[in-house]
Amino acid sequence: MEQASTLNRHIATPLSTSVPTGKLGVWWFLASEVTVFGGLIACYILTRLGSTGWKEAAAHLSLVFPLLNTLVLLTSSMTMVMAHAAVEAKDSHRLRTFLMVTVLLGVGFLLLKAMEYSREMAQGFFPHTGLFWAFYYGMTGLHALHVLGGVIVNLILLLTVPTATETQQRRVEFAGLYWHFVDIVWIFLFPLLYLT
Amino acid sequence: MSDMVVAKVADVTPHVYEELGFWRKYVFSTDHKVIAKQYLALGLLWAIAGGLMAYMMRWQLAWPETPVLLFRWIPEPFMYDGYMGPEFYNALVTLHGTIMVFFVAMPVLLAAFGNFLIPLMVGARDMAFPRLNMLSVWVFALASLVLFVSFFVPGGAAAAGWTGYPPLSARAEYTGVEWGLNLWLIALALEFASFLMGGINFLTTVINLRAPGLSMFRLPLFVWMQIVAAVLFMLSVGPLIAGAVMLLMDRLLGTTFYLPAGGGDPLLWQHLFWFFGHPEVYVILLPGLGIVLEIIAVFSRKPIFAYRSIIYATIVAGILSFIVWAHHQFISGIDPRLAMPFSITTILISVPFAFVVFAMIATLWKGAIQFTTPMLFALGTLANFILGGVTGIFNGSAPLDIYIHDTYFVVAHFHYTLFSVTVLGGFAGLYYWFPKMFGRMLHDTLGKVHFWLTIIFFNSAFIPMHLVGVGGMMRRIANPLQYEFLQPLQPLNVWITVSVIMLLIAQIPFVVNCVWSLVAGVRAEQNPWRANTLEWSAPSPPPHGNFAAVPVVYRGPYEYSLPGSAQDWLPQDYEVLTQAAARS
Repeated sequence: MEQASTLNRHIATPLSTSVPTGKLGVWWFLASEVTVFGGLIACYILTRLGSTGWKEAAAHLSLVFPLLNTLVLLTSSMTMVMAHAAVEAKDSHRLRTFLMVTVLLGVGFLLLKAMEYSREMAQGFFPHTGLFWAFYYGMTGLHALHVLGGVIVNLILLLTVPTATETQQRRVEFAGLYWHFVDIVWIFLFPLLYLT
Repeated sequence: MSDMVVAKVADVTPHVYEELGFWRKYVFSTDHKVIAKQYLALGLLWAIAGGLMAYMMRWQLAWPETPVLLFRWIPEPFMYDGYMGPEFYNALVTLHGTIMVFFVAMPVLLAAFGNFLIPLMVGARDMAFPRLNMLSVWVFALASLVLFVSFFVPGGAAAAGWTGYPPLSARAEYTGVEWGLNLWLIALALEFASFLMGGINFLTTVINLRAPGLSMFRLPLFVWMQIVAAVLFMLSVGPLIAGAVMLLMDRLLGTTFYLPAGGGDPLLWQHLFWFFGHPEVYVILLPGLGIVLEIIAVFSRKPIFAYRSIIYATIVAGILSFIVWAHHQFISGIDPRLAMPFSITTILISVPFAFVVFAMIATLWKGAIQFTTPMLFALGTLANFILGGVTGIFNGSAPLDIYIHDTYFVVAHFHYTLFSVTVLGGFAGLYYWFPKMFGRMLHDTLGKVHFWLTIIFFNSAFIPMHLVGVGGMMRRIANPLQYEFLQPLQPLNVWITVSVIMLLIAQIPFVVNCVWSLVAGVRAEQNPWRANTLEWSAPSPPPHGNFAAVPVVYRGPYEYSLPGSAQDWLPQDYEVLTQAAARS
C-alpha cells in the first residue's frame, strides 16, 4: 500500500499554488463541517426563540462539568500547538509527549462528558424529555463524536509516525487544524447551552 | 501499466507505474479512471432500477388496480400477483426520486464524469488524493447496498416521499415503515460522506494539480462547472446532515424535533431539506451544462461565446441558489411575507442561467455545425432545458405556484430540467467521451436512432403531463380514478404511460450499442473529434498516469477555426511558433 501510494504521488509536477494540497483538503473539509454545526446551531437558536421554558430546563444542567471541560479542551489545543512546535523543531521526543497529553486530555473530555450525561439521565433527563434536552444531547453528542474522531486521529499520529519528518510535520499541523475546530465548536456550544 | 519515461519541460522525474493484479486494477483501484467507471456502472445499474420503478408507477396510474405487465414475479410483501397496493406505490414514489437524484444523477454526472475528466482536463496524473477517491467510491457502494437492503427489511422500503417530510417520516407508525426509512437515512448519510470526499478531491485537484500554463481562466468550462457544483454541495449539505441526525433521533430516541405535539416544527425539516435541496438541483445541473458546453464548442468548430461571463454567471447562480429554497414551501405554512422575496430571488436566478443558454446559442450561431450523436444529444439537452426553465419561472411565482403546487405540473417541470440535463446531457457526455473512456467509438447511426426515439418519447410523455397537472392531478396519488374530477384526464394518463414505456424501450439501442461497441466498435484514435482540451492529448484509453509527459498549456480550451491556421482546431498543449496563431 505504502509503496503504491508513493508511486501515485505527483512528485513530478509542481503544485499550482503555494498551499500544500493536504492543507487545502483539510480546509475544505472544515468548511463543510462548519455548515453541519452552523445548521444545527441555527436550528437550536430559531427553535429556542419560538419556544418557552428552555431557561428552566437549562437550569438543571451542572456548570461544573462544562467549565472543567472547557478548561480541558482549551489546554489540549495548547498542547496540540506545542506538538506542532516540537515537530517543527524536529524534536520527536517532545512531539510524542505533547501528542500523548493531547490525546489524554481528549479522552478526559469524553470521560467528563460521559459522567455529565449519566448524572443528567439519573435525574430523569433523556433526549425525549423535551425539546431542549433533544437539542442538548444532539449537539453535545455530535460534538463528542468529533472529539472522539480527533482523539483517534491524534492516536494514529502518535503510534504510526514517531519521527519528525516533513510529512509528519504536515500531518501534525493538519490534525491540529481539526482539533482547534472541535475546540471552537465547543466554545460556541458552551454559552448557547449552559449560560443562556 | 507500461513504463513511461518522461522528458518534457515540467516533468523531471521518470514516472513508473507498476503492473497491478486484477483486484488492485479493477476493484480496489486508486486510478481515477477506474473509479469513474465504477461510479458509472453503479449509476447505470441504479438507472435501470429507477426506470423500471417509473414504469411500475406509470402502469398503476394508467390502469389502476391491474396486474403490472411483466412484473407478476415480484413476491408477496411488495406485490400480489402483479397487483400493487398503495403502500408499495408510496415506496416506489419515494425510491424513484431518491435513486434518480442521489444514485443516478450524482454518481454519473458528478462522480463518473468528474472523476474521469478532471485530472485529464487539468493535465494531472491522478486526483490529489487517490486513496480518498477509492474510499469515496466504496462508501458510495456501501450506501447503495444499504439502500438496496432497505427494500427487504420488515415493513418495506421508505415511503415518505423522496423529500422525507415529517411528521410522516418522523414516526414509524405513520407510514408503517420501521427500518426501511432508517436505512434510507443512513444510505443518504453515507452518500453525502462519499460525495464530500469526492468534492474535496475535485477542488484540491483543480486548485493545485493544474498543468504548467493552465491558469484558472484556461480551464475547460466543464471543470469550472464541476468545481462550482462541488462547492455548492459542500456548503449546502451540512445543515441537512444535521437535520438527518435530528430526524433519526426522532425515529430512534423518541425526540420531537419535527413533531408539533412535543413542541417541534415539521417546517424545520423542510427548511433544512430545501436549503440543501435547491443548491443540489444545480449540483446536478451544472456538470450537465458543462458537458453540453464542451460538446457545442467542438461540433460548432467555434470558440465558446463569452467564456468568462459564463463562469461569472455560474458563480452568481451558485450564490443565488442559497437564497431560493423557500419557493418549495409557498403552501407549507411559511410566513406569507416570505413568499415575495423568495419569488423574486427564484425568478432572478433564471437570469444567469438564461445567460448561459444564450451563450450556447450564440456559440452555435454561424458555426460549422456537425450533427454527430453527442451533438444531437447536446442540442436536445439545450432545447428541453429551455422548456423546463420556462416552467420554472411559472413555479417560482408564488401566486401561480399556490395553484399548481404538488400537482403534475411541477412533476413535469422538474422532469424537463432534470431529465434533459442529467439523462440527455449524460448521454451526450457518454457518446462524446466513450472513445476516451474505452478506446472504441460508439456506433453513430445506432446512436442517432437512440437520440430520436428518446427525444420524441420524452416529450410525448412529459408535455401532456403539464396538462394533467393544470387539470388538477395531485402528485403521489396511487389511483387517479378515485377522484371524479380526474377521470376525464385518464386518456392523457394512458398516453403518458404508453410514452414512458416507449421511452424505456428506446434505451435498448443504447445498451446494444454499448455492448457491441465495447467488443467490436471501431478503435478510437487519440483525438477523434478534433478537440482542444487536454484529455484528447492522452491515449484512448489513457493508461495509469494518463500522460506520457505532463502537458504544458499555451492557451484556452476553445481555439477553434482560428484565422490563418492550417487546421480548425488548436489543442491547448500545442506549441505554435507563428505569432498570428499564438493569440493567447
